[in-house]
Amino acid sequence: MPTVTMPEVEIGPRRTGGGASDFGGGGRDDFRGRGGPHVPVNSYRLGVWFGLGAILMLFVAFTSAYIYRQGLSFDWQPLSPLPILWFNTGVLVLSSLTFELGRRALRQDLTGAFGRWLTMTTIFGIAFLTGQYLAWKQLAASGIFLGTNPHSSFFYVLTGTHALHLVGGVLALAYVLVGAWRQKYTSRECAAVDVTAVYWHFMDGLWIYLFLLLFLWR
Amino acid sequence: MGEPTHAVHVHHAPKGFIRKYIFSTDHKVIGIQYYFLALFSVVLGMLLSVLFRLHLAWPNANWDLLGKLFPTGMAGGLMTPEFYLSLVTMHGTLMVFFVLTTAPQSGFGNYFLPIQIGADDMAFPVLNMLSFWITFVALVVMVMALFATGGAPLSGWTAYPPLSALGKISGPGEGLGQTLWVISLAIFCVGSLLGALNFITTTLNLRAKGMTLLRMPLTVWAWFTTSILALLAFPVLLAGGILLVLDRVGGTSFFIPAGLVVNEQLVNHSGGSPLLWQHLFWFFGHPEVYIAILPGMGVASQLLSTFSRKPVFGYKAMFSAMLAIGFLGFFVWGHHMFISGMSPYSAVAFSLLTLAIGVPSAIKTFNWLGTLWQGKIQFTSAMLFAIGFVSLFVTGGVSGIFLGQTSLDLYLHDTYFVVGHFHMIMGVAALFGIFGATYYWFPKMFGRMLNEPLGKIHFWFTFIGVNAIFFPMHIMGVAGHPRRYSDASNFNYLSSMHPLHEFITVAAIVTATAQLFFLLNFFWSLWKGKKAEMNPWNATTLEWTVPSPPPHDNFGGKLPVVYHGAYEYSVPGAKQDFIMQDSPEKIIEAT
Repeated sequence: MPTVTMPEVEIGPRRTGGGASDFGGGGRDDFRGRGGPHVPVNSYRLGVWFGLGAILMLFVAFTSAYIYRQGLSFDWQPLSPLPILWFNTGVLVLSSLTFELGRRALRQDLTGAFGRWLTMTTIFGIAFLTGQYLAWKQLAASGIFLGTNPHSSFFYVLTGTHALHLVGGVLALAYVLVGAWRQKYTSRECAAVDVTAVYWHFMDGLWIYLFLLLFLWR
Repeated sequence: MGEPTHAVHVHHAPKGFIRKYIFSTDHKVIGIQYYFLALFSVVLGMLLSVLFRLHLAWPNANWDLLGKLFPTGMAGGLMTPEFYLSLVTMHGTLMVFFVLTTAPQSGFGNYFLPIQIGADDMAFPVLNMLSFWITFVALVVMVMALFATGGAPLSGWTAYPPLSALGKISGPGEGLGQTLWVISLAIFCVGSLLGALNFITTTLNLRAKGMTLLRMPLTVWAWFTTSILALLAFPVLLAGGILLVLDRVGGTSFFIPAGLVVNEQLVNHSGGSPLLWQHLFWFFGHPEVYIAILPGMGVASQLLSTFSRKPVFGYKAMFSAMLAIGFLGFFVWGHHMFISGMSPYSAVAFSLLTLAIGVPSAIKTFNWLGTLWQGKIQFTSAMLFAIGFVSLFVTGGVSGIFLGQTSLDLYLHDTYFVVGHFHMIMGVAALFGIFGATYYWFPKMFGRMLNEPLGKIHFWFTFIGVNAIFFPMHIMGVAGHPRRYSDASNFNYLSSMHPLHEFITVAAIVTATAQLFFLLNFFWSLWKGKKAEMNPWNATTLEWTVPSPPPHDNFGGKLPVVYHGAYEYSVPGAKQDFIMQDSPEKIIEAT
């Protein structure tokens, strides 16, 4: 007699393995604060990490090109860090700090304080971008351009690509800021804030990494 | 974002032609848009290949008509070597990026991934629309490169520096045309990344109740794996592209070495490394091969199972093998660079890892054969193309084992053997996946059946045709015929192979003409084909539980609940020879 060895049909999501609850979750049960069938909040929280994965790969590729190009060449003339870059780094770190203070306020539903901290974060972000622009102006004024030597090429490419991504971060901050003024976010409804924070801190960390790469590995 | 809506309700399609068909956020419309973009590119790419095949077979013939069409490239009816190279370059670029990357993944993936997992759309519909339009802009820029002043780019689809990085002095097509080429690819990278990000999030996050990972159709596994590859590989090409553009227009020297003399001019650059580009390019380029072929593997599994009325043999082994192929694919880029002067130790490592990919590939092949074994096989056009896919995958894969060995590759590199190999596996095997998918899913996408007899004629012409085109190339390669030569007639040792060139060209013209059967079938059936039922193939996956074509939100406001695996065919004790994934039917234990 043929026996069918089908397992008991299991209904509902099955968790496969531990780790991040987003992975392997499956099913629609674990959406928190989900609005409608479109744009479930959780997707943004998840998607930002994959976006950052791609950005990370971009900079991994640049890094390997940097190390390769430096190791092979005789025309490498390392720049020294301009003083303004230290200032910019401080500003960017501060911006991450104010962002976190803002989120702490939001967790206690202090929406007014949240708005104020976030305004500061945005100002610091714009200040960083302005500072980077000034750094490029200073370098150009001392006759160091994109094509001058390989280290300067990488300096402009890496800082430029980072700045471009940071512009995206500032736009996201501006979007969140408008929402904050309109009291859109609460301690429970804060996906856009969290996603922007993840992106922003990543850009902060990326800048510190690039700074170390450019001026320790020369 | 965040608008208060009820958990489940019917979404009506947006009103107005532009929102509905042009700037649509509906994944089904976007999938069809990608498909037509690929269809345009494949026709253009194929025509270019017929042109350069004509030249290879009859290099000294006078093509007056073509001379009038291309007054610079074929002045007086004779093809210049530069024009030949630009045709090859544009053929390769269009096919690899705008056909093989676009149709199987972005086209069918967009249309069917959300439906197959029981979602009403992608996770980020607006981002999805952006991905398509970015890809569209990339295609427009690429076509502009074809008509650029100074000529179309001629660096090949791999665009090796230093010649690709130097600008006008390295050749007629290396000016504006090549710059546009690099910019187009950079734009393409961005579009693909956004698409990949969307696919991954959708698969992980939007599965219907009961759609566990182990119940996902293998097509979904394939699109998911491909998306991970795209997400990790395209940024590296983007990085390379940015550096290459800067070498061309920004005065940098990433890829251009010092003291280079090109066309009797000393180049004003210093210290760069052309090999750096090769590393960056192939770190992307090898996963790209799998980006092209993995969706075809998913489609082959789906079709072989459906039309053998049997479950896929070794479901877990099948998706594990895909993940293994994807994973290993990131560690083998060096096998494209065996002759670059790399250390023999690295070459051995790259070689062993390359050969290791043969293991999961063989697992897949044997499981496909195992799926067919003792099945009630229905030879529909879709099934024929799926079987053809397996056949070509074996033919193309076996020659890969040759090329993966350093000692053999040193000889075979840059010969026609390589051209034959990658066309078999990456070109036509992937294309057969696209054709199989088209014959299978056309009824669902457009609500009408394709004509079966025409489909079968199309299959046999194409299957015999591609073997006639690419099989002789292997022999020519072993005999030492180099690739990229526009005219081999000046070389004595190659003259004995000339009849093969003529044979291949005739086969290419016949095969290209036979594609008219497909185009005719496609466009005729679009309007005049037999109306398709909901589930014409008696298949099990969720797209066959909704009308053909599906409504705007796929499931009419109710989301499905899944009770079964993806391939429950011929289950003993079941009412029919298939059990739909959303069927609540419990399987009765026979005693």
